[in-house]
Amino acid sequence: MNPQLEIIITAVIVSSACALLGVFLVLRKMAMMTDAIAHTILLGIVLVFFITESLTSPFLIIGAAAMGVLTVYLTELLQRTKLMAEDSSIGLVFPLLFSIAIILITRYAGNVHLDVDAVLLGELAFVPFDRFIVLGRDLGARAIYIMGAILLLDLFFVTLFYKELKLVTFDRALASILGFSPLLIHYALMGLVSITAVGAFEAVGSILVIAFMIGPPISAYLLTDKLSNMLFFSLLIGIINTLIGYQISVYFDVSIAGSIATMIGITFLFIFIFAPQRGMVTMIYTRRIQQLDYAVKSLLFHLYNHEGTAQEKEESKRDSLHEHLHWEDRFLEKILKKVIREQYVVVKQGYLKLTPGGREYLIKD
Amino acid sequence: MPKYLIEVEDMTVAYEKKPVLWDIDLKIPKGVLMAIVGPNGAGKSTLIKAMLDLVKPISGKVLFNGADYHSQRRYIGYVPQRESVDWDFPTSVFDVVLMGTYGQIGWIKRPGRKEKEKALDAIKKVGMEEFIDRQISQLSGGQQQRVFLARALVQDADIYFMDEPLQGVDARTEKAIIRILQKLRTNGKTVVVVHHDLQTVQEYFDWVTLLNTKIIKYGRVEEVFNEDNLKITYGKIV
Repeated sequence: MNPQLEIIITAVIVSSACALLGVFLVLRKMAMMTDAIAHTILLGIVLVFFITESLTSPFLIIGAAAMGVLTVYLTELLQRTKLMAEDSSIGLVFPLLFSIAIILITRYAGNVHLDVDAVLLGELAFVPFDRFIVLGRDLGARAIYIMGAILLLDLFFVTLFYKELKLVTFDRALASILGFSPLLIHYALMGLVSITAVGAFEAVGSILVIAFMIGPPISAYLLTDKLSNMLFFSLLIGIINTLIGYQISVYFDVSIAGSIATMIGITFLFIFIFAPQRGMVTMIYTRRIQQLDYAVKSLLFHLYNHEGTAQEKEESKRDSLHEHLHWEDRFLEKILKKVIREQYVVVKQGYLKLTPGGREYLIKD
Repeated sequence: MPKYLIEVEDMTVAYEKKPVLWDIDLKIPKGVLMAIVGPNGAGKSTLIKAMLDLVKPISGKVLFNGADYHSQRRYIGYVPQRESVDWDFPTSVFDVVLMGTYGQIGWIKRPGRKEKEKALDAIKKVGMEEFIDRQISQLSGGQQQRVFLARALVQDADIYFMDEPLQGVDARTEKAIIRILQKLRTNGKTVVVVHHDLQTVQEYFDWVTLLNTKIIKYGRVEEVFNEDNLKITYGKIV
């Protein structure tokens, strides 16, 4: 296999694994926790490394996963004291564990391949150097196999426990009452997030792990009203961003992880602005429509309320209307044009009169 | 066969240091529609949650049919407070109601045709069939309550706990919901409802619990729902 292809495949696998779990993290509003886990797993790796003195031991993944779960546990423990909010407790636990790892690395492991830059930014370009060799045969880059296995594990978990994940994420109390332990699902998910993060971070670095876990899911969230679609879009966005980001990095000869993370950011921004239902453009547009509609209704209501009263003439006079409604002339003109065009109102000798159509429109809702 | 369907004995619940429920003793017979009323902070929701093991009590126990909660889970339905979930969650009315069947299905297995029919049925019962595919954030407060009610109906329980099912609901929907609850009672179910509006207690319910961190009185509405007891429950204001 050529090295470029190996890099692309690794990146696509990592993005898929992260984008899949990320959906549930985003829905549970745990984006910050991902950030924390993606960093504190380093302490797990360092500690296992001191015991096994190997950087390829499978215990590294177990140690890292345990540290991820411990991070979640400590954060929740602090939170339960009610002395601080979740973000503050993450802000306490994460730097503490991470900096212990950094100190240990710089003090005792300075001469091994475990430097801080590599942890944060990773290096996709190095993926092809680490081979998976069985009985003297080169089967390809090792990262593909490790991450492939982790992706399968994630897929297996999400498919098998889709119903449970959905229920626990949406309504924890009901899940508990129906006998699906929210705590069990919670820690299983956090364990998998940690495993995925540790498998991914060597190749892509913790920054990209976070970008993959949050960016595509939150973009997908803006595009759909269905959980299954959200999972699908999240995977799709992750993969497309990876492919485009890689091409950009080759073209400009810059960091692969950096380019992909940037693409993820740009994609989110684009979707945030232009998403069909939840995008900013649509929101501003519907808000304007709504505003006009309210104005039309309040004008109709105004006429309706004074219909047949002694003040009817005074209140429905075309030229003094802006005083009653406290509207600027231009706005009033616009609304008047609209109600006349829609035939809700007719103007007779300078006075406004509600039409049957206008009355019906008003009462309709 | 125990005389009472639900028995709460000496239950005390505390958040942090201060107890919110003191030594609750409560016996609820089968087939009643009971309101739990009391001022804000009286612990009405907490009482329900503690009975359902969602909040751990410091002391005391709860028996359903003479047995502990976990063995009776299958027979218990729950309508949480509307604000307790994220209504922006990407899911539809039908999906939320279908969740009520998950308990009967158990782990891993997916809802099949039978469950889907049940969900559809319940949605019709609460009059939400035209909104079946609607994303849940696009519902009004009353519609959201009806979705929750449908989800509880799907649970096909014997005992229902509902946390303010009439909150944020217009008058017509309120009547519709109450009719459903009364029908449940007619069918021999037991329904326990956290309720806010003292004016309607006599009209809607046949049993009532007056709560203000302690049980002030409970029993038949015509026996315990009177001015004296309300005065004790709410202080002097009422």
